Amino acid sequence: MPNSTAAASVQVDIEAPVLSGTHFMLGDHACAEGALAAGLDFFAGYPITPSTEIAEHLARRLPAVGGRFVQMEDELASMAAIIGASAAGAHSLTATSGPGFSLMMENIGLAAMMELPCVVADVQRASPSTGLPTMVGQSDILQARWGSHGDYGIIAYCPSSPQECFDLTLRAFHEADRYRVPAFILMDEVVGHMTERVLIPSADDLPVPCRKGPREPPGGEPFLSYAPDEDLVPPIAHAGEGYKVHMTGLTHDERGYPAMFAETHDKLINRLVDKIRLNAADIVMYEAVDVDDADTIVVSFGCTARSARHAVSQARREGLKCGLLRLITVWPFPETPIREIIKRGNVKRFIVPEINLGQLRREVERLTHLPVIRLNHAGGAMPTPNAILELIRS
Amino acid sequence: MTVKEQTIQPHAELYPVDKLLRADRLPHILCPGCGIGTVIHGYVHAIAASGVDEDNHVCVSGIGCSGRASGYVNVDSYHATHGRALPFALGIAVHNPELNVTVISGDGDLTAIGGNHLIHAARRNVNLNVICINNFNYGMTGGQVGPTTPIGAKGTTAPNGAVEYPFNLPYLAKATGAIFVARWTILHVREFQDAVLRSMNKQGFCFIEVLAPCPTSFGKANKIGDGLHEVEIYRERCRVENGAPDVEALDIDLIDESKAITVGNFVDIERKPFMV
Repeated sequence: MPNSTAAASVQVDIEAPVLSGTHFMLGDHACAEGALAAGLDFFAGYPITPSTEIAEHLARRLPAVGGRFVQMEDELASMAAIIGASAAGAHSLTATSGPGFSLMMENIGLAAMMELPCVVADVQRASPSTGLPTMVGQSDILQARWGSHGDYGIIAYCPSSPQECFDLTLRAFHEADRYRVPAFILMDEVVGHMTERVLIPSADDLPVPCRKGPREPPGGEPFLSYAPDEDLVPPIAHAGEGYKVHMTGLTHDERGYPAMFAETHDKLINRLVDKIRLNAADIVMYEAVDVDDADTIVVSFGCTARSARHAVSQARREGLKCGLLRLITVWPFPETPIREIIKRGNVKRFIVPEINLGQLRREVERLTHLPVIRLNHAGGAMPTPNAILELIRS
Repeated sequence: MTVKEQTIQPHAELYPVDKLLRADRLPHILCPGCGIGTVIHGYVHAIAASGVDEDNHVCVSGIGCSGRASGYVNVDSYHATHGRALPFALGIAVHNPELNVTVISGDGDLTAIGGNHLIHAARRNVNLNVICINNFNYGMTGGQVGPTTPIGAKGTTAPNGAVEYPFNLPYLAKATGAIFVARWTILHVREFQDAVLRSMNKQGFCFIEVLAPCPTSFGKANKIGDGLHEVEIYRERCRVENGAPDVEALDIDLIDESKAITVGNFVDIERKPFMV
């Protein structure tokens, strides 16, 4: 695949399963291409700004590579449909923004409870309610973790560039399969609508799908959809494979049958949480810049990390001892890297810039008694490098 | 208090459809006189007669008493969220068109909380067999009125009788694009089973309303008596009219004894199915 230009990225080879090569590509499109590179079979979605370009791109691309694209009647249906497709063996995706993400919450709990892997791209805008549909926000960080009722484990990534929209969507599919969970790409309007260089590897260099299947052929002992291996993740059998599974959002035993017992519930829900919590070291991704001797650490993610990176490098030029901790996974929250930075003893304070009123700051505060300085905008505008720099200087 | 888990081992095959039922899940949760068991019976007999490998049958349901049906049939089965059985089933059917997907759920699940999905699945002509068990109320939560409750019938949320017009479900399904539309009752065991079988052999959105007694909630509140009494009402008042020309006029009035309940296979047409 030859390198393409900006114009060519609009007229891509729509039948290429993987668009290997270097592109000048929109973040939303890069997310869609990341899903295709991960082997996307099924997309169900409902148009919503600023995520619509993901659906539009896949409406052309997905059928051309043998997948199915369905525009649903709403986001409740979109989420239910990608879980159903996953039950039948699909790699499935939906894309949305805040209001649609809210509508998906109940079924996100179903995906967590049935342990059916799927990926949701949430291109965040200024919220709550209808908010500022066309303008940036990082408003759904806590909703992604806690939005459905009850306790469960999920994985969420925050890309800071179109390249990461590709890379992390690809990874989200892999990790959703690995841990049998819904995984989220928490993009934001700035990253989703930014066009930048995106390098797509050759198909041979892509990770191999890793959904664990049954180890015995069907027809013998009943297959236990919820009997976990040592990593707490059970193998999965799909509709049509002959295992006669039963899956329910009710509390269930290892066979998948409803089991209305407090003990069963406690065991099941602890495992749903622990399979992410105890595997966090393998899941968590972050980037640490100049943190070794830093007394000020800027903790940032998504588009905000671009301002933070600029501010930290400028401050270093001014001789200020500061560093950047860029969170690539926000869930599970990178507790260990933050604890290790604190343990070194240099750090005097953290600065957490966010396009919300302090959702991730709470997480940092939970881990330290050091001052955690806020820099918030409720949405519609990014914290500027200068605003972050002034806080570092202060 | 700890409730001891009961396990009943499946015994030697006694009945042709034994293998299609999850005997290890018995006893079931349904009340004496409930019609849902008869619906499950018709569904599994239709599977046996369908000529489609049982491994390729999938059952999806939503929430409620009828939503529990999927848990008793020994095929790949999924008990989704309230109202979302249809989009969940769409995901399965569209991803793997080899599968014969049947949705069994209640009137509240499919036509109230899931009503939007019903009309859009019918409009698209998704290849699904939908069995809508209509017991005129929300049984599992104790007998609240819903969008199928006849005017005047009582429920815990309408102690003086329902005042809203109920849905005429065959008319709704026909108007929104279903290619097969039927209404039967659990008294019409063979006709219902044949309608399910017909649905399984058609490509597209098939909708069967099946009237079923809920003696514990609806029957008691409306002085119908036990399950058998409601089945007697079906026997006395049902009029079979296959291909009924005026589906618009097929409202059900369970309370007014002078009014007939029209049952039959009303629509059987062909239309291009969705993504098969």
